[in-house]
Amino acid sequence: MSDEAETEIELQTLPLDAWHRARGGRMVPFAGYHMPVQYEGIMAEHLWVRDSAGLFDVSHMGQLLLSGDNLDDELEKLIPADVKGVALGQQKYSLLLAENGGILDDLMFSRWPGGIYMVVNGAVKYEDIAHLREHLPDEITINHLDDRALLALQGPKAFDVLKRHVTGDYPLDVLVFMKGGRFEIAGVDAYISRSGYTGEDGFEISIPADAAEKVADLLCAEPEVKPIGLGARDSLRLEADLPLYGHDLDPETTPLMAALGFAVASKRRREEANYPGAARILAEREQGPVVKRVGLLVEGRQPVREGAAVLDADGSDVGKVTSGGFAPTLGAPIAMAYVPAAMAEVGTRIQLNQRGKVHEATVTAMPFVPHRYVRGSK
Amino acid sequence: MRYFTEDHEWVDVDGDIGTVGITDYAQGQLGDIVFVDVPEEGKTVTKGDEAAVVESVKAASDVYSPVSGTVIEGNADLADNPGLVNEDADGEGWFFKLTLSDPDELKDLMDEAKYEAFVAKL
Repeated sequence: MSDEAETEIELQTLPLDAWHRARGGRMVPFAGYHMPVQYEGIMAEHLWVRDSAGLFDVSHMGQLLLSGDNLDDELEKLIPADVKGVALGQQKYSLLLAENGGILDDLMFSRWPGGIYMVVNGAVKYEDIAHLREHLPDEITINHLDDRALLALQGPKAFDVLKRHVTGDYPLDVLVFMKGGRFEIAGVDAYISRSGYTGEDGFEISIPADAAEKVADLLCAEPEVKPIGLGARDSLRLEADLPLYGHDLDPETTPLMAALGFAVASKRRREEANYPGAARILAEREQGPVVKRVGLLVEGRQPVREGAAVLDADGSDVGKVTSGGFAPTLGAPIAMAYVPAAMAEVGTRIQLNQRGKVHEATVTAMPFVPHRYVRGSK
Repeated sequence: MRYFTEDHEWVDVDGDIGTVGITDYAQGQLGDIVFVDVPEEGKTVTKGDEAAVVESVKAASDVYSPVSGTVIEGNADLADNPGLVNEDADGEGWFFKLTLSDPDELKDLMDEAKYEAFVAKL
C-alpha cells in the first residue's frame, strides 16, 4: 500500500443522501458532494421532466443571505445587475465578475424582506463567499444558509403538483417566472421561486435541511413526480441553452463572449459603468466579442463532448466545445462551443475534432428546445 | 464457449470465429447507449487494444478486443439502434465478429463462473 496516494478531499453528504440511496440513486462525486447521477436512467428521467415533473436535489448549491446598510450599492460594485431595481419577491440572474470582466460565477438573487437572497454554484460556493467577504464592507453580513436544503420541481406538471401542497398569504399563481415568495409546505416554512435549470416551467424550493426528506417524500408521492439525477439535469440544461459554470463559463470568459448580454443590459448600470470589468464588457457590447458561445447541431449520432476542438477552414484549432452530448428530446447530438466571431453566425458549417475524428456541425439558434417558462403579463 | 475480460467484454468462440460484445453488467453501468462505433471488415485487432467505441448519454468508453484477429463483420444494426446493447448485451447487441489469430490467448480470459465472481466483488 502506498501511503501518499489517498489525499482526496473528503466528500460531503447531502441532507437527502440516504433518501437518494433508498430510491436507487447512483451516487457520484460532484461539486464536493456525493450526488445522484441517475435513478432509473438519464434518458427516461430527461423525457419525464419534459412531459411531467421531476424533483431535483440541488442542496449542494450555496444559499446566501446578504444584509446590512447600503447593501444594494455595495453589491452593485461586484455584479452588473440593477440590484436597486429588484423589488421584493423579484429574482434576477447575474454574474460575479473579476476585475478583468471574467466570470467568477453565475448566480440568482432575489429580494427578501431582510436582505438579498443569493444562490450560487456548489462547486465554487466557498470561493464566492470569500470573494464577497473580501470585497463587501464589514457592515454587510453574509449568512451562509448551510442549514437549508434546495429542491427543484421542474416540468409542465410542476405547478399542478405544487399547488396541492402549498399554503401561504397568496396563491401559488402569483408566482410567475423569476418571482418568489414565502409559503408553507409539509408544515414547514419555505421560500419558493418560479425558476430552474431545465427550460421548463418549475419551482425552486428552499427549506430547512431537516425537513428535506418530508418535502421530497410528499412531492414524489404524487403520480406526476419522479426523482431526477444530475445526468438528466445536465442534458436538460444543455438543450435549454443554460451554461454550466466551470465548463461553459470561467474566469477567462466575459458575459458577451458567453452570449449573456442580457446580464449586462441594464441602462443605468451601463451608464454608471462601475462594476468590475465594465470598460472591457461595454466595449465588447459595442464592438462584439472576439469569440462567442454558440449552439451546434452535430451530424450523425455520435456525441461530441467537452474538450473537442473547433477547426477553421484550414483545419487549425480555433475554438473548443465546452459542453456536448446526446439531446434526448431531439434524439441527436448537440453541443455548446466557443468559436471566433466570424464563425458564430447561425447556419455556419463547422468542423469539430474529437480524438482525431472530424465531425460536421452547424451553428444553430439556442435554445435547442424552446423554453416553456410561465411569464406574467407586464 | 464464452470467455470474459476484466474490462467487461465477452467473446463467444465457435471454431476459429469469435463474436465480441460487452457484458450485461457493463451496459448497466454505462446507462442509455446512444452511439456505437464498430470496426469494419478486414481490420486487424490486437488483444487489449481499442477495437470499438460505445457512448452513453453521459460518457464515451473504449471497447477492447478480448483476442487478436481479423474482423469479418461489424454489427450493422447498432448504427441505427445502439439501444440494442442495453436491451440484449449478451445477444443481439454484439459488436463484431473476427477470425482468431491466436486461440492460445483465450487461456488468459475468465469463464462465466469466474466472471460472475469477479463482478460480484465490484
